[in-house]
Order: sequence, then C-alpha cells, then structure tokens
Amino acid sequence: MGDRYVDGKRWAWALSSIWLCLPLVGMALASATGVAAWNWLTLAFWYLILPIADYAIGSDGNNPPEAAVARLDRDPYYRILTYLTVPVHYTVLVVAAWYVASHPLGGFGFLGLTLSVGLINGLAINTGHELGHKKTATERWLAKIVLAVVGYGHFFVEHNRGHHRDVATPEDPASARLGETIYRFALRELPGAWRRAWSSEAERLARRQRSRWSPLHNEVLQPLLITVPLYAALVVAFGPIMLVFLPVQAAFGWWQLTTANFIEHYGLLRQRTGDGRYERCRPEHSWNANHIVTNVILFHLQRHSDHHANPTRRYQSLRNFDGLPELPSGYPAMFALAYLPWAWRRVMDPRVLAWARSDLSKINVHPALSAARRARYERMAAAT
Amino acid sequence: MKPAMARYQCPGCGYTYDEARGDAHQGFAPGTPWAQIPATWPCPDCAVNEKADFVPVGDAVGAEPR
Repeated sequence: MGDRYVDGKRWAWALSSIWLCLPLVGMALASATGVAAWNWLTLAFWYLILPIADYAIGSDGNNPPEAAVARLDRDPYYRILTYLTVPVHYTVLVVAAWYVASHPLGGFGFLGLTLSVGLINGLAINTGHELGHKKTATERWLAKIVLAVVGYGHFFVEHNRGHHRDVATPEDPASARLGETIYRFALRELPGAWRRAWSSEAERLARRQRSRWSPLHNEVLQPLLITVPLYAALVVAFGPIMLVFLPVQAAFGWWQLTTANFIEHYGLLRQRTGDGRYERCRPEHSWNANHIVTNVILFHLQRHSDHHANPTRRYQSLRNFDGLPELPSGYPAMFALAYLPWAWRRVMDPRVLAWARSDLSKINVHPALSAARRARYERMAAAT
Repeated sequence: MKPAMARYQCPGCGYTYDEARGDAHQGFAPGTPWAQIPATWPCPDCAVNEKADFVPVGDAVGAEPR
C-alpha cells in the first residue's frame, strides 16, 4: 500500500503559531490610528469573528489514513511549528508589558490589551498541552517553559497524570458535571488542579527518595523557576503598572483553560466495569468540535475525543469519528455560551441527555442540584 | 539464579515497563519487579491505561518502541 496522502491543512497549521501575535497587531493599529478600541482586537476576533467563521465555514471530515500517520509524526515541520510557538508567547507578553508601561493607553485601551495578552497566554496552555503529551525530552521541556509564561506549570503534571486518568468521572476536578455552572466549576477546578499536581509530585518524589520541596526535581516548582524571575524582572523594568498587568493577564489566561475544561467533558461519565474500575476512556467521553477554522488555529485541540482516547497522538494525526458527542460550534462560541449558565444549559443539557439515552444514572450529575433542577432533569429524561 | 526480567507494555500508546531498566523518572529503580508497581499506577505516557491493562511482551531484548 503506497502512502500518497497529502495533508490539505499542512500550511494552514502555521496559523496556530502566527495568529497568536494578534494582540501586538491590535496594539500597533491603536498606536498608528489613535483609536484605543484596536487594543480589543484579539477579544473581538475570538468571541465574534471566529464563531461567525465556524458557522459559515463549518466542519472538516478529513482524517489521515493510518498508513500515513507514522510519516506525519516523523515530519519535523509539524513539531517545528509547536517549538516556534513558545517564543511567540514570550514575545507577546514582554512587548505588551513594555507598551502598557511606556505609552499612555487610558483605562479602556489598557484593559483591552491586558485581556488580549491573557487570552493568548491562556493559549500558551494549549501549546504546552500539545508539547507536554509527547514522549521526547525536548517537547516535555518546551511544555514546561511555555506554561511558565502564564504561571501555570503545574498543568504539565496534573493534566497528564491526573485529568487524563480520571477524565469523565466524579473524581476529576477538570470534568464538569451536568447542572454545574462554570462559576461553581471554577471553584473546584482551579484549586483541585494545584492540590492534585502537588500530591502527584509528592508521591513520585517519595519513590525517588527526593524532597518534594526540591525546585530542581519537583515538576510543579520547576516552571516557577522561570515564572517568578521573569515576572520580577518585568516589575523592575516596567514599574508598578506590572502589578496590575501581570496578575490580570495571568488570571484571564487561567480562566481560558478553566473554560476549555468546562466544555470538554460536561456531563459525560465513564461507567464502572465488573472489577470496580472505570471503563477505559473512549472517544465518546469527550465533546468534539470538528470546525475547521478554529481547529487549524488551535493545533486540533477541538478533536478532543480522539485526543483523550489516544493522548500521545500528534495534532496533525487526530481523527474525527462518526457518532461522537458533538459541540454545536467551536470553542470560541462555546466559551461565550458557557459564561451564560442559562443559555449553556439550554443548548447542552438536552445533548447530554441524548448522549446518555435519557438515563440519568449514566451521566456525571452535579451532586448539589436543587430539587427543582433535579426534577426538571427527570422530566426531560422521561419525555424522551 | 535471579529470575528473568520481564517487560510489560501499555496497549494504547506503546510505553513499555522493563523490569531490568525500571523507570527512573517514575521512581522505580532498575530491577524493580512488576509486582512492586502499585496496582493503580497509570501509564506515565498516556494515563489511559493502568497497570492492570498492561500486557506482557516477549524477552527483554530489542529496542523500546518510542
């Protein structure tokens, strides 16, 4: 069997790296025109333009044949793109930091640029996610380095060893439950990730007979060896405005990850098998979004079903399958929807019920539901 | 005579635990037998599978599939 597959998205993948410079484009346009609203360009692009593009351009059914996967995986082009994305994130942070400190932006422009940097550095977690799942030492180190730009290095530990093990079960703080709002979810997910990353490292380092407090060995602490000096240097170089800029962009970056986690497994539940363990993770345990525009700017993150079933598979080789739980749009529109719990439930709760064939016992249900909401779910289940 | 060292492979991603090598990053010294690996230990590369899902592979010769 000859492998003649040509990846139609090959050159489009460069967009996953390039578009991350958008905060700097907005900044330059604001500077050239004097119109402060340009500093909001990245947010407008994410929350308005991308949802329209997903709606207009739609889905991508293309899968690489298995015979081509080994060649695609070896092809250095794809990994060079992920490597190059690492300095892009640092450049965006440092240039924007310099700009807000040295130009009179006004509150409106400052907020727009700071949130834009936060959104892009939230996607540093996406870059770190793609790199951190790989088996090479280079990629794992680059994952830690890029996560450090937004102060979220513990993700490398908890995501790979905790979230992936417990995904779509009540044990996982990063799997949202039916009826849970994103705001309640965030209170469980954000501290849960830190706590579990720390205990996972403590356990591993105990086996290695190393101190859990060793910053050289503890993979939660290692990225802080970059984050802390970097942020301190920015404060020294650019002054007290950094004490607002840095925490706000970091918090907004973390919030992007929280939102992604919220939408990726909402309500889905792996069942217990005869031996008391959960069934292994299959593609139907993650919400999938096959929208081509947002997939080529996010290293295929939205082909999340295949990713969770096969976490070491590289982004260019992730597949779509028939019969998956499907999000009605790509992540940008679903992020916006998640912030409005009423609208989120209206769109997603019927989909969760349909996925579970109206069997509430097969759904990851929020345990603290009000009696009225529980009754509503029982009515919805009975009606179908 | 010491018992022969065995290898166990994750059926999903191909990670292989070789008793002779152990896994330094995970804190299993060379020679750590499979029996001493915790029952709930997840595959360090994919975390989809746990110890119970690993399958024994042939003799401890040949390159590790990376």
